[in-house]
Amino acid sequence: MKKKFLAVILSAAMVASVVAGCGGGAADGGAASNDAAADSSAAADDGAADDAAAADDGAAAEEEAQAVTTVGDPNGTHLECWSFVEAHNTFYAKMVDKWNEANPDRTIEITFTTYPYESNHTKLLTSLQAGTGAPDICDVEMGQVPNVYEGLDTWLYPLDDAMAPYAADMLTSRLDAYKGSDGKQYGAPFHVGATVQYYNMAVLEEAGITQEDVDAVVTWDDWAALGERYLDAIGRPEGKYWTSVDTGGVDWQWIAMAEYGEDWTGGSADAAANVQLESVKKMLTMEQEWVNSGLAEVSPDGHVDLEAGFQNILDHNIVSFPKAMWYMSRFINYMPEEKGNWYIAKCPVFEEGQDCSVGIGGTGTVVTAQSVDPALAADFLCYAKMSPEGETMIWEDLGFDVCNTSLWSDDAFAHDESNQYNTFFRNYPYDVLNSIKDQIGTVMTVPISPTINEQMCNVTLNDILENGVSVDEALQTAQDVISLEQ
Amino acid sequence: MKIKKFLYSQKAAPYVFVIPFILSFLFFWIYPLCSTITMSFQDIGPASSEWLGFKNYAKLLRDPTFRTAIANSFEYMLGTLILLIPFPMLFAVLLDSRLVKAKGFWKACLYLPALTSVVISGTLFRLMFSEYPTGQMNVITSALGLGTFKWLKMKATGLGALLLTACWRWTGVNMLYFLSGLKSIDTALYESAEIDGANAWQKFRYVTIPLIKPTTIYVLTISVYAGLAMFMESFMLWAGPASPNNIGLTIVGYLYNRGIQKNDLGYGSAIGLVLLVIALVINIIQLIANGTFKKEER
Repeated sequence: MKKKFLAVILSAAMVASVVAGCGGGAADGGAASNDAAADSSAAADDGAADDAAAADDGAAAEEEAQAVTTVGDPNGTHLECWSFVEAHNTFYAKMVDKWNEANPDRTIEITFTTYPYESNHTKLLTSLQAGTGAPDICDVEMGQVPNVYEGLDTWLYPLDDAMAPYAADMLTSRLDAYKGSDGKQYGAPFHVGATVQYYNMAVLEEAGITQEDVDAVVTWDDWAALGERYLDAIGRPEGKYWTSVDTGGVDWQWIAMAEYGEDWTGGSADAAANVQLESVKKMLTMEQEWVNSGLAEVSPDGHVDLEAGFQNILDHNIVSFPKAMWYMSRFINYMPEEKGNWYIAKCPVFEEGQDCSVGIGGTGTVVTAQSVDPALAADFLCYAKMSPEGETMIWEDLGFDVCNTSLWSDDAFAHDESNQYNTFFRNYPYDVLNSIKDQIGTVMTVPISPTINEQMCNVTLNDILENGVSVDEALQTAQDVISLEQ
Repeated sequence: MKIKKFLYSQKAAPYVFVIPFILSFLFFWIYPLCSTITMSFQDIGPASSEWLGFKNYAKLLRDPTFRTAIANSFEYMLGTLILLIPFPMLFAVLLDSRLVKAKGFWKACLYLPALTSVVISGTLFRLMFSEYPTGQMNVITSALGLGTFKWLKMKATGLGALLLTACWRWTGVNMLYFLSGLKSIDTALYESAEIDGANAWQKFRYVTIPLIKPTTIYVLTISVYAGLAMFMESFMLWAGPASPNNIGLTIVGYLYNRGIQKNDLGYGSAIGLVLLVIALVINIIQLIANGTFKKEER
């Protein structure tokens, strides 16, 4: 009897080990086994990096917990929605309730999942490629758009019909940024992402610099001179700088290109990319000089939209930098102590009369062709992200510079004192936005863009700003690598 | 009755027992391998795939980033071979000797890191090697008067951090392999060596080393592959496959970047196959040199 029992136990153990063997292999790896790759959910870019310059792929920070919630009418059509920013999902969830109220005959219920940045996009791409498993609605970060758009309408559902009621009020250049190469609209934008210059006025005033001085800044030379004045006034202590330049993001280069009206992608999918542009060279040369002269430091961890950057700002190690308007939400979420200190102004330009802003980053939300009811999903998505109701909530909750331009000059919207963003800064953000309305340039995001960004953030910017390689030499190397891909 | 006969048949039984392995091997290893080979000659598109011939491989040859990745993986592999074979062997011999007290405790200590998740340990190492003055390593170097370093931005310190992570994690595992090898050595051999007047070093050199050679070869073989195929450590240390000046880019990191992130599975497959070929060639040379394929001398 005992023997039989033992035999049963042993064979059970054998079966178990065979089954386990299918997925295993990790246990007997001597050194670094890479099987764990599958559970690399910590690829996370933190929530913060969501909209960060298209170059953000590598610059990750903390892990974001995976969160799943289901919202809406249980009897309605059930949809799935993925995002890499929890705040986006929270926003959509609120819009689901509004949608169900407004459309009792077409109610929906959505299950929202928040993944880390990396997983969100790799999972989406893999499921699109496989033809199964994709969600109905998914957030796609600007830098990932070329990858996800590769399948055009075999992968994605065009939004053109759904957005027709709102399209007239939307900023065309922003919509165009999310068009496929076939001219159809596949992504719905959250914001313009216009770049502006942020100034820590409270600290500047202590150094004897007034708002008039800041307003008088027109060119980058003026701006650098003001920085020198600030550093002189505080006695140039160690660790204090005017600004920090990025090795992990290409925002500065984008601003330079927009000011000269250039585009290193060549402007379209088939054009030859060229990073050896006058604007890029000028900006990089200037940045290198600032680092050498002590006016600027290299951003800790690569750019300001990371924990290290927030800390740097909180410590008042840097007092002025250019960043897109969506960076306002980082102040609210990560630097609430700074309330009332900061002033928003136009970005400086190289030569007077140039355009002074560029739309950076963004989340294009797509409806997949695998959706159970793509038309319904598209209608909801456009309602959430483009209708005045949706746009108002985007401004209130997420603090983005919305694409619906009809709202920009609406006093109730732009000067609403109950809005936390309006009260956080010294001036009304939308006043700045209105003043640069016609000066917001675009740098295209095309299939070669991820390669350019990768080369810049991994190699070129580090070479120039950290290792002192000459601008011409570093750009030549970059050009060689990028040309290989085309 | 027939079933019983079948089950008790000495001819059929072995096949019945190995069939689960054969099936999973065919399905999970051979099929993916074949499909990787075909894919490496293709451009995998959204709807259809286009035959490219050797274009992916031709591009690989001209790709400077791929060369960086290979160089990094090689340096890391050599580093792990230098650090992760002699030291674990030494620890194993020490633990096997009478010199060490509380053996179970030391074994557990050295083995414990292997049980932690790379995701967590990699993140901790990243924080330790952070460039801020408050990072653990910078606290130590400043206390020693050496100033602070941007550890993960420079080639030498970046590789050092990777090797430290690897040593911390794998020393205990390799030590266990060597311990089991040592246990199988007949103590009578040591006794007779002692009678012949051998000292401790001579016993180690002429008895231990030759007799644990099979273990050493096993550890060497898996270490060569594991070193070349390293991905997680670098991925966690730099929080993604990208690192400044590509100092942390490995072959598999590049495969992930191309195949998954940039969705170019054809090019990714070509990278994977090159890795397979490199690892195979090195290991075959190494195994021949070690005499593994020779007929056993009886």
